[in-house]
Amino acid sequence: MGMNLKGAGFEGWRRENGRMGVRNHVIILPVDDLSNAAAEAVANNIKGALAIPHAYGRLQFGADLDLHFRTLIGTGTNPNVAGVVVIGIEPGWTGRIVEGIAASGKPVEGFAIEQNGDINTIANASRAAYRLVKHASRLKRTRAELVELWVSTKCGESDTTSGLASCPTVGNAFDRLWENGNTLVFGETTELTGGEHLVAERCRTPEIRAQFMAMFDRYQRVIEANKTSDLSESQPTKGNIEGGLTTIEEKALGNIQKIGRKCLVDGVLDKAEAPTGPGLWFMDSSSAAAEMVTLCAASGYAVHFFPTGQGNVIGNPILPVIKLTANPRTQRTMSEHIDVDVTGLLQKRMNMDDAGEALLDCMLRTADGELTAAELLGHREFSLTRLYESA
Amino acid sequence: MTIHFVVHDEGDSVGVVVVEGLKASNRINGWVMDQDRMIEFDAKSDIPIGHKLAVKQIKAGDTIIKYGVDIGRAIADIAPGEHLHVHNVKTKRW
Repeated sequence: MGMNLKGAGFEGWRRENGRMGVRNHVIILPVDDLSNAAAEAVANNIKGALAIPHAYGRLQFGADLDLHFRTLIGTGTNPNVAGVVVIGIEPGWTGRIVEGIAASGKPVEGFAIEQNGDINTIANASRAAYRLVKHASRLKRTRAELVELWVSTKCGESDTTSGLASCPTVGNAFDRLWENGNTLVFGETTELTGGEHLVAERCRTPEIRAQFMAMFDRYQRVIEANKTSDLSESQPTKGNIEGGLTTIEEKALGNIQKIGRKCLVDGVLDKAEAPTGPGLWFMDSSSAAAEMVTLCAASGYAVHFFPTGQGNVIGNPILPVIKLTANPRTQRTMSEHIDVDVTGLLQKRMNMDDAGEALLDCMLRTADGELTAAELLGHREFSLTRLYESA
Repeated sequence: MTIHFVVHDEGDSVGVVVVEGLKASNRINGWVMDQDRMIEFDAKSDIPIGHKLAVKQIKAGDTIIKYGVDIGRAIADIAPGEHLHVHNVKTKRW
């Protein structure tokens, strides 16, 4: 039953590297915390330019610095972005990010503050942003088949209704998108604890299973080395516990419903790493909503499914986040944050195929340009994952 | 008919309350999802929406099953219809 995904498509923007995007942002991307003020000033000068301030980028080194570059370059390369202005305190790392984004063929210009000062940098970068927004506004939407849409998922402020209904709704949609040949991702490494064997069973090959388990075991060692008696009510979170989730195992089993019943795990990704082909990918990642969604955007995903129980309000600057809930209290008290209401599942007023269909329908409307709740409310959380202390 | 709580699988020890304001002594209807079967129960506690009730007699030390999988262990006896949460169930991990 349901819509024929083979005939489905969307109207988006085809980028220089061939990828299809569903938004047409021009972003002002700071390399480091020191450059946020200039980036925000440029976005204030040029209407249609979007600054993405963040807290890091100084004195990082090794794998942590590699992740910083990979995340910022990935964000600029994401197909929902039409052009990028990069601003850094000094020209070296600024140039490295510019080159990384330029490799995709996308228009990008970089500016360094040292020996120029904020005011001249803002003037020069504003002229670049002006050109890029003008350029972006001329680009036309083109039709593409659904298979070209990359879809990520991560849930948040989960409760028991997430595992019963909203996560299985994503699972229903993911099963259908996976059979259609779409490129998908899930992650949240520690939030698989207690259900890791179920994910391992779904890995397509023994090699992928070994890679997945190595990522899972590494993260467990981080928890073991730093944990308090109850993980400080961090996992499950205070909100999870308020929502009725008792243990990490229970939370994980609900979380895992997002990968449906048919999908196989076709490969694993490091944080912010781009997938090399279609299928369902597992990304080794934090379970904190903004960190994980930021990493999905940096990996190149164009639309995100976010089931919530108690009402996580997250958005992302460039990745439209579609929220769904099955909790009737959340739907009643926070409806402006919810894109797809699946509360009917728990009263048998809706079956899982209906719910999956409603989510896919919202996904296609979002891809065609309809704004999500998070976009309308201005939620642009952009949180960089750190691996360890700065030097 | 209002569904007051949902059980994932008939082998599970717990159900999830899916209505607001559930009071002790209420006669309540449960839906066992995977087998698509209805069951009836008396709630023995006031239970907030999203929280769990035991659907079986549970003894301290017993493994709690949900989704047909181990989600932790009881640290107290729990009677059918009683609120089951962090006060009487703990993780086996971490």
